[in-house]
Formats: sequence, C-alpha cells, structure tokens
Amino acid sequence: MKADRIFIQILRAAAGVSLLILAAFFIQMFWSSLPALRAAGMSFFSGTDWDPNQDVFGAGAFIYGTLVSSLLALLIAVPISVATALCLTEIFPAKIAGVISFLVEMLAAIPSVVFGLWGVFVLSPLLRSSVQPFLSERFSWIPLFSGPPLGIGMMSAGVILAIMITPTLTALAREVFLSIPTLQREAAQALGATRWETIWIAVLKNAKSGLWGAIILGWGRALGETMAVTMVIGNRPQISASLFAPAQTLAAVLANEYAEATSDLHLSALSALGFTLLLVSTIIHLGAKFWIRRGRES
Amino acid sequence: MSADEQTKLQPRIELETIGLQAYFGETRAVHGVSLRMPRHRLTALIGPSGCGKSTFIRCLNRLHEEIPGARAEGQVLLEGEDIYRRGVDPVLIRRRIGMVFQRPNPFPTMSIYENVASGLLLAGVKDRRTLDPIVERSLKQAALWDEVKDQLKRTGTRLSGGQQQRLCIARALAVEPPVLLMDEPTSALDPISTARIEELLLELKKAVTVVMVTHNMQQAARISDQTAFFLLGDMVESGPTDAIFTNPKDQRTEQYITGRFG
Repeated sequence: MKADRIFIQILRAAAGVSLLILAAFFIQMFWSSLPALRAAGMSFFSGTDWDPNQDVFGAGAFIYGTLVSSLLALLIAVPISVATALCLTEIFPAKIAGVISFLVEMLAAIPSVVFGLWGVFVLSPLLRSSVQPFLSERFSWIPLFSGPPLGIGMMSAGVILAIMITPTLTALAREVFLSIPTLQREAAQALGATRWETIWIAVLKNAKSGLWGAIILGWGRALGETMAVTMVIGNRPQISASLFAPAQTLAAVLANEYAEATSDLHLSALSALGFTLLLVSTIIHLGAKFWIRRGRES
Repeated sequence: MSADEQTKLQPRIELETIGLQAYFGETRAVHGVSLRMPRHRLTALIGPSGCGKSTFIRCLNRLHEEIPGARAEGQVLLEGEDIYRRGVDPVLIRRRIGMVFQRPNPFPTMSIYENVASGLLLAGVKDRRTLDPIVERSLKQAALWDEVKDQLKRTGTRLSGGQQQRLCIARALAVEPPVLLMDEPTSALDPISTARIEELLLELKKAVTVVMVTHNMQQAARISDQTAFFLLGDMVESGPTDAIFTNPKDQRTEQYITGRFG
C-alpha cells in the first residue's frame, strides 16, 4: 500500500516535470521578449525591416517565410504521403509494404544537417539549372514563378521541408488508415464497389478528420525545422511573391543570429521570435488535437 | 399441373455450389461443398466456430478472395451462371448479391438516405426522382421507415444497434438483389432486435433468396426452410430444416443439435 503511494507520487512528479518545463519555457521566453516587444510595439509582427544595428526589429518577413515555406512543403508532401500510405495499407502485399514502411522511416532518421547539405549541393543546383528555368519559361506570368532562377531560396526550402515531413506524414496517415475497421471496406466491397470506390467510400471519407490531424502535426514539424532550411533558403529578410527568391524563417534567423547578438535589445528580439514560433506551433498542436478529437466523436 | 404449381413443388435453384473449396494460403477452410439454395427460401448454415460456414458464405459473392492470400475453387452458380468462370468481374457479381455482416456497418460519414442509396450511387444512379422511391421502399422492406422517415439526413451511426442492422439490410436490398447473404446478422444484437430481424426475414424471403450463417440453432429452427450443418470445413449434411432438427441422418449432426459439442 505504502509502496503503491510512493510509486504514484513518483509518476506524478515525472508528469509534472514536463508540464513545468513547458510553463517555464513560455514564461521565460515571454519575459525576455518584453523589452523588444515594448520597443517595437505591434510593428514587431507587422514590420518587415530587420536591422539589429539600427535597433529596427520587424519580424513580418520571417513570419511570412515560415508560413509560406511550410505551406509549400505541405502542398508537396500531403499528396505524396497520403498516396504512399494508401499503397501501404490498401494495395501492396504485407511484405512489400513492410519494406517500404521501413525505408520511409529511414528517411526520418537522416539528420537535418545532412538534408541541408544535400539541398545545397544537389537540390538547389538542380532547381536552378532545370526546374526553375522550365517554370520560368512557361509560367513566368504567375508571380510565384517570376524573377531569376536562383536555386537557393523559398522553393528549395519548401522542397527540402516536404522531403523531411513526408516520413512523419506517411506514418501518421498509415495509422489513420489502419484504424479504419475492415468491416467498412467489406461493406463497400459487398455493395459492388471497385478498388478505387472502396478506398474513397470506406477509407478516405472515414479518415478525413484523422488526416487533418496528421496534416496539422506535419505542419507543426515544418514550421520549426531549422538547420536544413537555414542552409537552403538564402537568409534574406524580404517578402517576395516569387518562390525563386531568397527568404528567411523565424527558426533560421534564430540559428543565424543568436551567436552574434551583441545588444540586449537584439537578444530580446530574438527571444520574441522564439516566443512567436512557440506560440504558433502550440496553437497548431492544439488545433490538431481538437480536429482529431472531433473526428473520433462523430 | 400448371407451371406455377410446379415451381411451388419444386422451387427453382437460385444459387448452387459445386465442389466449392476455399483456402487461406495453404490452409483449406472449406472442403468441396456442394449445396443447392432454392429460390425464395431461407437456407441456414449452422456449425461450431471455425467450421467454415462464414468462409463458405463469403465465397458466394466472391468476397472471400479479397483477403490477402485467400482463394476459392469450384463452381458457384447464380441463376445457372458460374460466378467463378474466367473473365467474370467480381465487382459486377457483388452488385447482384446483397450482404449483411455480423456487426452493423453503416458508413458513418453518410446520412441514412445516402447509406441506403449507396449501392445505387455506385452503380451510377444519381437522379433523386429515381432514388427517393427506392430508398423509401428499401427502408419499408427493412421495417425501418417509420422510425427514420423524419431523419433521413442524419447520420446512421446515431441509431441503435438493431436499427443500424436494419439500415444495413435496407442498403443491401436497395439494388433489388435476387440473393441476400447474412453472416450471423443478429449475433451482436439484443433479443428484441433479434426477434424483429427474424420477423423481417420471414417476410423478406417471399421476394428474396436468403442464405444465413447462424450460431443460434433455435434461430435456424425458427426461420429457415433448409439447413446445412458444417463441421471442420465439411458440410456434414443438408436438408429440410424439420428433418435436420428432428431426424438427422448423421450422428455428428445429432450430437451438435442436441448440444453435445460446439
């Protein structure tokens, strides 16, 4: 009995620690952000000029870069991941599916900096020499594909992020599909549904809310990814309609500038960037939880 | 004797298996079963768990082969046509045979209306003026219309288990299949819901040929016209339900129905 109580206390303490760390994070980040937020006011979020030497701190371009690069990544990664997960659960025989699952998971084990190197030496040159000239020749009337093909820039970041979140998204989507009862598929098959109709009626329709949850979790990962993005995005605080142009993300600025921050205000501004990123990912995680729960109830 | 009387005395065979064998990989689950299922009669398949009766019924609409590694051999004649012949599309066969499962499985993202119409929607019927009367007729046939007619747009998953199962019966009936397969349709239901479905089946078999797997021997005795007893993948014997339950030919059948095993 007594041992039981001690055991439960230990569990409680362990659970409490993570809660405490999260709270400490929020409070500390907010606290150290205050000087910069006070100095810049709302223009910290809306301004797009970032000049630490002049004490001008506007994170608008970083917020833009973070959102656009991560959304671009989702745009590429979601269809690929959903299609892969469908192949794994609905189409391929178990043996082949197991091998592919393993390979996709291996992709998740590659360190971020290796992705970055690959981005710098392989992906960006490839985009510069073939993909971007192709898009620019045919679709330059779309602002997204205007300007000189630079390689290093928003598009490189989006593609690298897409590759990095694909394993997570595929694994999550696979779990969602596996959780759908076989009886649902059989209901569709018994009514004379073809393979594709069965996947649509019994799998995808039932997986909708779970998939939204998976997408939002993948988005959260893309938002915070730092190293590889820093290496390929070009690190220029600007808002450009073109995906070919260099950009900058919240996480990348932090990685670039924390070592060189000299003034207290600059440090505080970096804390404010961190706080913004923390806030955005927390909101997105809570959103994901909400979606998933809503899906379970209906 | 008129042709009509003739069919009353000797009902047409709607569905017939000849030497049907079913495999899971190398394991043979059904060993060469030949059974005739007469038109507008209720055939009950009984036997202990694992005897192959569920696998057998799933071969009748070619659903068995959807399990990875599973296959079937032999012939299944639906109105005289072998559905296992080369070149026959199992999807088209399944549109002609209704199936109801052990647990109610309405589509949770669809309304009651859409659930009933789903078979027709799959077959390409989209016109509401065509669908409306069919949905109503099917729900009436499944004895569910009065309970749901005011909530056709709501999802079917809010209904009780028995109502959901009747919804699944309505869904299966909407395409007017000549044959309805039922795999232990009442095993997940309470006695009152079970009684309702049994009543419903007695009514349905006037228009549809029903093949039903059941664990419940009383159920088979109450509502079936013909009973087949399965054991370890073999069909031990089949015949008129009265005969099977009062005067079985095989000792194993007698032991099973008198509750000495199973």
